[in-house]
Amino acid sequence: MLQDHTDQIADDMIEGFADHGRPPRATTEDIVIDCRIERMYYGGFKAVRDTTLPIHRGSITAFIGPSGCGKSSALRCLNRMNDLVRGFRLEGRVRFLGRDIYGPKVDPVAVRRYVGMVFQQPNPFAMSIYNNVAFGLRLNRFRGNVADRVEKALVGAALWEEVKDKLHTSGLALSGGQQQRLCIARAIATEPEVLLMDEPCSALDPIATRRIEELMLELRSRYTIAIVTHNLQQAKRVADRTAFMYVDTSEGGRTGYLVEFGETGQIFEDPRHAHTQAYIRGEFS
Amino acid sequence: MSAPVEITHAFEDVNLAKLEMSLRSPRTLASAVLSAVAVTASLVACVPLVSVLAMLLYRGGSRITWEALTALPPAAMAAGGGFGNALVGTVTMVGIATAISVPAGILAASFLALIGPETRTASAVRFAAKVLTGLPSVLAGVFAYGAVVLVTGSFSAPAGGVALAVLMLPTVILTAEEAIKMVPTRMKEAAIGMGATQSQLLLRVVLPTAMPGILTGVMLAIARAAGETAPLLFTALFSSYWLLDLGRLNLMKPTASLAVLIYNFSSAPYDNQVSLAWAASLVLVVMVLGFNIAGQVLSRNRHRR
Repeated sequence: MLQDHTDQIADDMIEGFADHGRPPRATTEDIVIDCRIERMYYGGFKAVRDTTLPIHRGSITAFIGPSGCGKSSALRCLNRMNDLVRGFRLEGRVRFLGRDIYGPKVDPVAVRRYVGMVFQQPNPFAMSIYNNVAFGLRLNRFRGNVADRVEKALVGAALWEEVKDKLHTSGLALSGGQQQRLCIARAIATEPEVLLMDEPCSALDPIATRRIEELMLELRSRYTIAIVTHNLQQAKRVADRTAFMYVDTSEGGRTGYLVEFGETGQIFEDPRHAHTQAYIRGEFS
Repeated sequence: MSAPVEITHAFEDVNLAKLEMSLRSPRTLASAVLSAVAVTASLVACVPLVSVLAMLLYRGGSRITWEALTALPPAAMAAGGGFGNALVGTVTMVGIATAISVPAGILAASFLALIGPETRTASAVRFAAKVLTGLPSVLAGVFAYGAVVLVTGSFSAPAGGVALAVLMLPTVILTAEEAIKMVPTRMKEAAIGMGATQSQLLLRVVLPTAMPGILTGVMLAIARAAGETAPLLFTALFSSYWLLDLGRLNLMKPTASLAVLIYNFSSAPYDNQVSLAWAASLVLVVMVLGFNIAGQVLSRNRHRR
């Protein structure tokens, strides 16, 4: 049963997205993404090495670490956003529900429909709030009731009450925090399996940040979330598991790697590795 | 102990008289002279436009009547008449040129800016487009003469349209490329992150977002094409009759245009035709100005969000 479902998604990825608007959802498989990055290059620059960690279903996994440690690069491997970067090359494997998303027959476009993304800068399209949220549904030729799904997504992103009377005004007219929630609504409208969030709050003020964090905790029950954050407190507040990455300069370049991965409580209260201890204590950033 | 003393001393040193502007200071004087020269130069730059407009209004304005706008050109010695067929011809040929150059130009620009910006093809096309911008317009006419007139065997509106399209194409390509490049990367990433294919990205996000900028370029290209004479001399020639003949539209015959009418009539020895040339010039300038202003308005809207 589960295997059938997993195969179904994997087949969709290979043959492009099938014409049903809602991807089927697995229910019990624990590890949604199995990330095994051995080496990741941008041209001749080795950006990340030896980063192996599982992303568990229905939980929030945070990537923390100093600037330039490859957190975002690692995250962007998980839905093949790095394919857009010239010279990108990955050695290793990223498995989504058991299938290698870098496999030769896999369509990266289909991968991104199951593994959605929220970016650092709120990036609504220059179109109405409604059309922003409906965008993904239209890409997938969703045949159901679009208005219902838009409302559901906006409710899910805790934005509905603020925008329900102005759905047809521009998404760019909203405040930064509202724009980011709009982007989250847009990402969850197609009900992806996983939501990748690349420093989603770094452009927001503390109140908007708090709202997004509350939202992540609400979304956790339905979506698997992986988040990159510079904010240690944020990781502590929202993440179930935390991955600490650090920069290795021993080979000349600045190559990021995974130092320690574990339950958030353990990482913050009982870090095993010296680098992690120093970082958690705020000795460098 | 000594530091505060020194500071007080430094303040006492300031000569307040030097704060006042004085033309006796060489730097101030040089600056004033340069400012004056710059203002004069910018005013001089406006002289041709203003004087041409004034002259056109003065000589052509009185001849703008309903008859001038709708009637056929008068014969050599005849009175009255107008340039209705030339107006229609110009609109038709610019329309044909737009229909050819805009889709082709936007697609080419999409390739240059989005699909393969760093490919060798892209740099070759970009280079060719830049060279083509400086192409003497008469050569566009020669090209269309060879490619259309000789092939179809007659001067015609489509031949004129092709010649104008050749002139419009580089402007459309280069401005559309710039407009597409201006679409923020984060917007493109948003679409790709949602699982948009390349064509969905282009049609649903990039082109709609870049559209005001693209239209600005289109308007500028149209404005340029509408005023061209040389390419039409080889391709559409001129005609004293309507395109629509006895209720049947036949494009494959010599076609009048405002630019060629002005060229022909302005050198004619008859006052009636010369005054019609002035009136036609005024109409043409107003058309071109209209497209230019439309382009400016569109580009202004782009920056308002």
